[in-house]
This record gives sequence, C-alpha cells and structure tokens, in this order.
Amino acid sequence: MTDLRQHAVEIHEQFSETLDVSVDDIEDRLETLVSDYRVPIEEARRSVVSTYLDEAGMERDELSGGTSQEATVADIDAPEMWLDLTVKVVDLWEPRSDSIAQVGLVGDESGTVKFTKWAKSDLPELSEGTVYRLGNVVTDEYQGRFSIKLNSTTTIEELDTDIEVGDDTTEIEGALVDIQSGSGLIKRCPEDDCTRVLQNGRCSEHGDVDGEFDLRIKGVLDDGEEVHEVIFDQEATEELTGIGLEEAQQMAMDALDTEVVADEMRTTVLGRYYRVVGPTFGRYVLADEIETLTDAVDPDPVLIKARSL
Amino acid sequence: MSSAPTREVARRAFAAEFNDATYTFKESDDERAPVFSLLPTGERANRVFVVGTLTETEDVGEESEYWRGRIVDPTGTFFAYAGQYQPDATATLRDAEPPAYVAVVGKPRTYETDDGEINVSLRPESITIVDEATRSRWVVETAERTLDRIEAFDAGGEYAAMAETQYDPDLSIYRDQAIAALESLEESDAADDLLEA
Repeated sequence: MTDLRQHAVEIHEQFSETLDVSVDDIEDRLETLVSDYRVPIEEARRSVVSTYLDEAGMERDELSGGTSQEATVADIDAPEMWLDLTVKVVDLWEPRSDSIAQVGLVGDESGTVKFTKWAKSDLPELSEGTVYRLGNVVTDEYQGRFSIKLNSTTTIEELDTDIEVGDDTTEIEGALVDIQSGSGLIKRCPEDDCTRVLQNGRCSEHGDVDGEFDLRIKGVLDDGEEVHEVIFDQEATEELTGIGLEEAQQMAMDALDTEVVADEMRTTVLGRYYRVVGPTFGRYVLADEIETLTDAVDPDPVLIKARSL
Repeated sequence: MSSAPTREVARRAFAAEFNDATYTFKESDDERAPVFSLLPTGERANRVFVVGTLTETEDVGEESEYWRGRIVDPTGTFFAYAGQYQPDATATLRDAEPPAYVAVVGKPRTYETDDGEINVSLRPESITIVDEATRSRWVVETAERTLDRIEAFDAGGEYAAMAETQYDPDLSIYRDQAIAALESLEESDAADDLLEA
C-alpha cells in the first residue's frame, strides 16, 4: 500500500461512523494536495481531516485517533497523540469554567499529568484515589507543558488495583545566575482559590484588591550546559536567603520600597552554587530541598582526564 | 514545540580563552537576535559565568560613571565594564574593596582598538561578592567544561568547524591552561596544609 493509501485508510476509519465517504475519495483529495499543490503529507492530511470534520459537524477532539496506543505518562512528548493510559486520579481541582466537567492530576509509575474532561463529552465521574483504564485520550500542550483531554470517544474502565504513582522529582546543580522579576516580597490576590501575584496592586482576574504578602524567588540555575528555572516558595526562600516574611516586610517598610528585598536577596545568593531537589512543574523545578555547595571539589579526576587528552 | 524563547546558557571559559574569542556572529538577520562570541575550543557563547579575584576597579567614564573591573583567574584577566545601563553591577564595582572574590554573569563584548586589534570584554548582568570555595568550584567546573569542548572538537560539531575556520586553534594551549589552573588549586591546598601544620 502506498503512503497516501495508508493515510486515506486511517482517515476513513476515523469517519466511518459519521460520513459516507470512500477510501478512494479520500485518497484523491490527498493526491491533489500532495502532487498538484506540493503540500507536505502531514499538512495535507490535516487539511482533509478538517474538511470532513466540517462536513460531519464535529470538533477535532471528538475524532477518534484510530491508532491510539498503550502508553505511560512519561511517553507523552507531543501534542495530539492518541493514547490509552492506565492511571490513578491523584488530585481533583475546581473547574474554572462550565465547559469543564472535571480537571485534575492523574499519574502512573512514570509520573503525573494534568487531565481535562469536557462537560459536553458526557463521561462518567472520576473519583480521587481510583485507578482507571482510559482508552483513546488525546494529548495537548500549553507553554511547553503537556496535558491529556478526555473526549467523547474516550472509554473509561474502573480497575480494582492500585498504582504507586511516581513523582517526577529531579535533582539539579549549578550556579544561581539570575533572580527574575516578580521575586522577593510579593503580594498575592486574597480571593478564594486565586493566588495570582498582583501587578501594581491589581489581580489580572479580580482587579484592585488588598493583597497578602508572600515571599518567593524565581531563579535560574545554570551548570554551563543546561539552564533550569527554579521556584523557591516562602519557606525555601527563607532557607536560601535567611530572610523571613516579617523581616522582609520590615525591610520594605524602612525603605518604602518592596524591591529592596529582592536586591538584598540577589546580593546574598547570586553567583553561588546550589543543589536543588523537587518536582518539575512545566518549565519550573519547585525547590523542596536546597543545599549550598560549599565543600571543596577534588580537582584530581579532572586533572587525570586533562593529562590523558 | 511551541514555547517561550529559551534563555541562553552561561558558558564556562577561562580568561585566556575568553579573551581569544574575538570572532562574533548572529544566527539570524533579526536585529534583536543574540550576538554570540565564538570560543576557540568550539562553542558559541552569548553569556558566561565567571568567578575570579577582583583586583582593581576604576571609574573610566568621562561624562557619566563607567566602571572597569579587572577580574583575575588562573589563566589571565577578564575586563568587565559597567555603566548606567547596569546599575546593580556599577554599584557593586563602585563599592567593592579589592582584592575580593567575585562572581560575574555577563555577556561577551568585542571592540576594535585604534590600532585594529580586537579586544574582548565582559558586560556584567550581575556581580556579587563570593567566597573562596565558590571560586575553587568554578575553576574545577571551568576546567572540566573546557576539556569537554576540546574532547568533542574533533567530532566536528558546527561551532568546532567554525572555530577551525576562524582561528585554526592550538587546542593544547587551552588544555595546558586548564591543567595549570587545576594544579594551582592543589598547590594552594598544599600551602594551606603547610600553614596549619
């Protein structure tokens, strides 16, 4: 079978229940795009699928992948992958919109991933701590972070087993080369379930509010080969800098400026080496454990290597 | 993958190699595209991390403050320049009392002197006072990264090839400098032991 034919067959499977089209028709459309208009096959396929979606009045995420695969959470490395996962519901969050039935975190031995279940998909309720086999979920990506979406083609089967959910804890080492803006003494929105950081006293969701003080550092650890962004929460910031919330507020009051806190922190920690352990959250590592690397480094192994070159 | 522009890594290079990195280039025609210095051991550097001894500071500005700091490592001297657009680094240089160990995160900059020579300097994003342990760690780390680059050079990566064309470098010089830097750490340890005995 040719490549085009193969794609046509797959597309045909996806629409076999909703549209009366033949594999030949689909192949013709692909052929026109690929041969006459020099469109790459992936783009051609996307375009043809869009046409049939319109004809069928369907949304893209209602589409069956046709080729979904058994996978683990750690396998997710691209958007629009169709997968079967066996996962435990780790956490359920409050949906922010009526279009979402359930949102939260699921995981297997390899790690955790955010999931979204749409209200219109009309799927059974998932409960926290239960293991499910989810058939035909589709992956999505937002700002480098992956999630899975349960859609109307997804099958949900409750399993009577338990999974030891792996955390995606990482350990990184390097010099702290930057403390980004939005670090130091900050104010957060006091509204329930809103912890957004205020910009000039304004929350992007709730407008002008009386913020609550907090401490955090958005820092960058760099080992000369890789860059990691690290978030230090109030506790970790105090451990790192020796500056607690009360002291920070006092410093800001004395100076009539909250920025002095971040400046003082920069003086104390920039250019030093640290080891940080914590879970990854999108592009950030959340610092659970911090160690300042002050012990002497033995130059001998490097010397031996140097002399062998 | 669609994601925010990634931050440039801070390369590790000793002063002697850094000052040899006179060739600069951009990877796109965009006016705001980052400028890279080409390290002779075959790596591009848009940012570096340096730890050394600040031995001297001087305000060389004419109309406004413009501070120059000399930062010495086992192989040579980094020249750091900070003015009104680097207020934090300027303040640190103004207030510093050399000699002191400092850590600098900064960008390589090149300029041509009147007699046509290209000088390489460092424009700091931050300068902080650090301790001897941090400096020793940097020396070992920088030696290791330098040796990694030398080792990978013959495999012929993009920037190794570029360095070959631009500099035709004698890599043994950079290897010997790394060895001397590491040996200087051992000697100072031995001296400390002698003092304690």
